[in-house]
Amino acid sequence: MNWLLKGGRVVDPAARLDAVRDVLVRDGKIVRVGESIPADNSRVLDLKGKVVAPGFIDMHVHLREPGREDEETMESGGAAAAAGGFTSIAVMPNTDPWNDSQSVTEYIVSQARSRCPVNVYPIGCVSKQGKGEELAEIGDMVKSGIVAISDDGHPVASAHLMRMALEYTRIFGIPVIDHCEERSLSCGGVMHEGFHSTLLGLKGAPAASEEILVARDLILAEMTGGRIHIAHLSTRRSLEKVREAKARGIAVTCEVTPHHFSLTDAAVAESHYDTNTKMNPPLREESDRQAMLQGLADGTVDAIASDHAPHNRIEKEMEFDQAPFGILGLETSVSLALDRLFHAGLLDLTRLVGLYTTSPARILGLERGTLAAGVPADITVLDLEKSVSVDQGGFRSKSRNAPYQGWKLRGAPVLTMVGGRIAFDGRS
Amino acid sequence: MTPEPGVRLRHRHLLGIEPLDAGEIGLILDTAESFLEISTRPIKKVPTLRGRTIVNLFMEPSTRTRSSFEIAEKRLSADSLNFSVSGSSVSKGESLLDTARNLEAMAPDMIVVRHSAAGAPHMLARACRSIIVNAGDGAHEHPTQALLDAFTMRQKKGKLAGLKVAIVGDLLHSRVVRSNIFLLGKVGAEVHVSGPPTLIPPGLDRLGVKVVTRMETALEGADVIMMLRVQRERMVRGAFPSVREYFNLYGLTEERVRLARKDVIVMHPGPINRGVEIAAEVADGPTSVILDQVTNGVAVRMAVLYLLSGGAGSELAS
Ligand SMILES: [Zn+2]
Ligand SMILES: [Zn+2]
Repeated sequence: MNWLLKGGRVVDPAARLDAVRDVLVRDGKIVRVGESIPADNSRVLDLKGKVVAPGFIDMHVHLREPGREDEETMESGGAAAAAGGFTSIAVMPNTDPWNDSQSVTEYIVSQARSRCPVNVYPIGCVSKQGKGEELAEIGDMVKSGIVAISDDGHPVASAHLMRMALEYTRIFGIPVIDHCEERSLSCGGVMHEGFHSTLLGLKGAPAASEEILVARDLILAEMTGGRIHIAHLSTRRSLEKVREAKARGIAVTCEVTPHHFSLTDAAVAESHYDTNTKMNPPLREESDRQAMLQGLADGTVDAIASDHAPHNRIEKEMEFDQAPFGILGLETSVSLALDRLFHAGLLDLTRLVGLYTTSPARILGLERGTLAAGVPADITVLDLEKSVSVDQGGFRSKSRNAPYQGWKLRGAPVLTMVGGRIAFDGRS
Repeated sequence: MTPEPGVRLRHRHLLGIEPLDAGEIGLILDTAESFLEISTRPIKKVPTLRGRTIVNLFMEPSTRTRSSFEIAEKRLSADSLNFSVSGSSVSKGESLLDTARNLEAMAPDMIVVRHSAAGAPHMLARACRSIIVNAGDGAHEHPTQALLDAFTMRQKKGKLAGLKVAIVGDLLHSRVVRSNIFLLGKVGAEVHVSGPPTLIPPGLDRLGVKVVTRMETALEGADVIMMLRVQRERMVRGAFPSVREYFNLYGLTEERVRLARKDVIVMHPGPINRGVEIAAEVADGPTSVILDQVTNGVAVRMAVLYLLSGGAGSELAS
């Protein structure tokens, strides 16, 4: 199918473009972006008043397949991604089995190709079975398509193993993504340690448990020349450390989740122990949230990633300290960013789109995240004014664990095109 | 003493002290006074809650609190059922909500719940039709304990406003301390807390209490000393080096009691670790009101059950 996307405001940070343009798509690829392109024999999509951007990338998603198909599958996770405006997702390896070998990577790649409506980029394990003991066969997995390594779900606890990972991945030029948490300090904490954990009588995990591992990883990245990416960075001091390291030329990047820039630990109290406010890293304090906003605005933060973590209802309907960590994110990420960052006046559109496209593509080495001629036609269309009332009953995801029920947000993705095929059309 | 007309509990459940206001606290304490007298009668029973079913759901062992609630229920003529952790199916992996749904099938009017997880009563209140009474949830709240503590203070001191109350011990793991801080703040008492810094949770000062690490500073001029149990079973490893050192620094001895006012009363929510947080001579001595707390606990729990079940309409005492 050939498409002519007509009259939209094209925002492509990679091309430094923000202007009303037409976009021509042929055989699944972008052919041209220009003014008043004739339709010829392509189907015309009238996108006047909408924003046309390169396809959004969520670089931190838990797909649960293989192993927990009751929580999310290639189909449901892919549909959720497409509805959330994403054309590509990078998926964490803590499945069952862990993605720690070529055969699991190949399984994910082949299943995704036939069953998932968006592009799936597997992330391989740092260590065999995510146990943190010895390196997984990273080279083999790279051959089969992994774009990064991570033991997410767990931190890389051993400094020695992290050193090895950072040195070894220099062969492939891929980043090591770390879930930064010093577990001997956060031990058993179920929310942020602070005033609200005291009020609620819940065991807290102090901000320092994240900051200690961020500091360690930065030191090791500098020492080894490897590339470190800090997953779901959540504290003010973590961000300061990354900012300093970047200024000194260390190869570090980081991502922030929508929940860490839109919520604080007060939400645990206000929701009366709703387990949908339980995530790891936990919701932090207002000063941390403000720091995230600042980091997003000044460029210290490289990407917005959802850490989409589906859990079935029965598991989340537990006592707070026994429920699993994690919330959904794919279907709310973009609206939260538009409402809380763009409409709040903190970010212009180029910066916001860059956080979802150019930056994650650069970090993971993907030839995507731009509307340049010749690249696959991955396109995300936004309606900046569409008002959304979050209704998790209508989620495409198989799970329902989100803390945003009933939130009113301004701005939403309305059309997602993956390789020239429409994966989601929510225009009304 | 009759409750002021028009003052009622604004809440359907008793999930904690935090949501209550001073008027409601006063109402509960005043109501408890009328129930205290019942316990002195030869026949310690009134028909107030006849025909009502109360389930005592104790998913964490607590003989004292459970017995106190049971006695309160019996004296009000309620039908009570006990579910304790050992006998229930919780140990077989059934979730709290499953248990609650099964209990609901028996249509209880109230569920008195004790659970090791903070927030468990809130979860039940969302899932069940019954009225929920929090009998202690994790390290969160223990509202009836704070109410009986306040009742005892008022009984011995004649007032609550303006009292200087020193609370000493394991503040981190104590649900009693949170409920007491909330309550005493609402009624105008002054609270000083002390314990080893490893057992002081962050941000306590934001609750309007004075936090000091030297126990002696907290005790100076106190009207009330409330000692907290060292919960060795919950203890973070390494919070203090030894019980001996703990007692040297934070144990309540007769010598330390003398730092407080002459007419000081010494309280403890029990069960006591003699020689760990409190010296035996103090626990059993003339300043101790620990046994009065136990007696008052029944009257306070009767008042809570009575008020939550609809109060005003039913006859109080015949
Ligand atoms: Zn993580
Ligand atoms: Zn994750």
